[in-house]
Amino acid sequence: MRAVWILWLRQIKRYSRSRSRMIGSLGQPILFLFALGFGFGPIFARAGHGNYLEFVAPGIIAMGIIFNAVFGGIEIIWDRQFGFLKETLVAPVPRLAIVLGRTLGGATTALLQGVIVLVICLLAGFRIHHPLLAPLALVFMFLIALVFSAIGTAIGSVLKDMQGFQLIMNFLVLPLFFFSNALFPVTGLPAPLRIAVRLNPLSYGVAGMRDALAGNASLNMVADLGVLGALAAVLLGVSSLLFSRIEV
Amino acid sequence: MAAMIEVLDVVKQFGTFRALDRISFSVAEGTIRAFLGPNGAGKTTTIKILTTVLAPTSGRIKVAGYDPVREPTAVRRAFGIVFQDPSLDDELTAYENMQLHGVLYGVPRKELRDRTEALLGFVGLWERRNDYVKQFSGGMKRRLEIARAFLHQPRLLFLDEPTLGLDPQTRSHIWEFVRGLSREHQVTVFFTTHGMEEAERVADDITVIDHGRVVAEGTAASLKDQTGTGTLEEAFIALTGRDIREDAAGPADRMRMMRRAWRGR
Repeated sequence: MRAVWILWLRQIKRYSRSRSRMIGSLGQPILFLFALGFGFGPIFARAGHGNYLEFVAPGIIAMGIIFNAVFGGIEIIWDRQFGFLKETLVAPVPRLAIVLGRTLGGATTALLQGVIVLVICLLAGFRIHHPLLAPLALVFMFLIALVFSAIGTAIGSVLKDMQGFQLIMNFLVLPLFFFSNALFPVTGLPAPLRIAVRLNPLSYGVAGMRDALAGNASLNMVADLGVLGALAAVLLGVSSLLFSRIEV
Repeated sequence: MAAMIEVLDVVKQFGTFRALDRISFSVAEGTIRAFLGPNGAGKTTTIKILTTVLAPTSGRIKVAGYDPVREPTAVRRAFGIVFQDPSLDDELTAYENMQLHGVLYGVPRKELRDRTEALLGFVGLWERRNDYVKQFSGGMKRRLEIARAFLHQPRLLFLDEPTLGLDPQTRSHIWEFVRGLSREHQVTVFFTTHGMEEAERVADDITVIDHGRVVAEGTAASLKDQTGTGTLEEAFIALTGRDIREDAAGPADRMRMMRRAWRGR
């Protein structure tokens, strides 16, 4: 347990000391928030869907979370190349504890990043409708962070160097973001796109977060929680299996 | 004397390349063994297998009485290691690197603090304990890694070219410490080096490998006798030939270059 804690703490320390990374990874969500949030607002309203900023803010928050979470997991590649990974691999600690510490640490920093984006959204005019349900939004944010952090850990365990990084970003992370309900409503989409969105784990997180922030308590939220929770558990198992196969 | 390391007919195959070709040797408890060989002879591969980070293709191994493949945790508890490449977290301080290691090895909290102070003091880094490792020179990083390897008081120490990049003062300081530890606490030491003079001075016995096989074994004096040479360096060349070996650039080297470019250093 102490091993999980110290590796979690390591991720937190690394995050809090890297100002440039913290600020740098805010750039993208802020850009999306202002360009899309305000740019598409009039069209969205004219199409009869209401306030686009209200709609898209949870999606933008999710964006801030997933990029950070995946990146945090992929950091394993850096640890491998710069040697620190060996230090953890020869330690008398179960691989699962190492993966848990890293992944929870990565998820926590991604959650913090998400909270910063949420605050920026609030400053931009986003409103939380039901303060009692807002903590539930944090739960969804953490589950999104955990799922994507575990995905990052799994990828980082398999890739040998950073050359595959662009591949992962362009063919996995960006598609997962765009083919979700983060930027547009699912209703009225062409069938293939609708199916893709439904299969995408991020959609459940964004839907849950959106309901929690908008104050729409419903059974859907329970289903969203179940799907994300189960997926997080499975992915943690997969990533610790892949991690335990690492040879340096 | 009981054997701390036993290696029997170990083979390691990477694709078509046979890095270790039925290598066998054993190291008695409490002794210091130098493990010598030209670049690419299989030294680091052997150490990786002994330290559980690489699985052998075939052969039998016992480290501190355990099988590294089947009982990795028991083996990991028994040894400490200084790797050939850096293995510190640059973004943490020297103290935090020690603390992280101590926690991973289950060192009790109070002892962890005392030992960290003693060890950092010994390698001359106590004053710099709160500085980030990325601000350290190569030699300071090396000293920190050596201090860290002793933190959980292992019975067996692997040192893969531990004195690379250190000045003669630090070198002799550290070897004195290692020898003292070995004598007083029966710590077994297994190290590699390209410094023949260092191997002769520090090691009880020497194993020379080349092309994944043991080519000679014994004390420095007996190796010189076997080859009819006057110095260990001459004996080494007589045993392994004059060809210059090349190490292929691995992904680690490419990454290092990338990072340098990235950070503008």
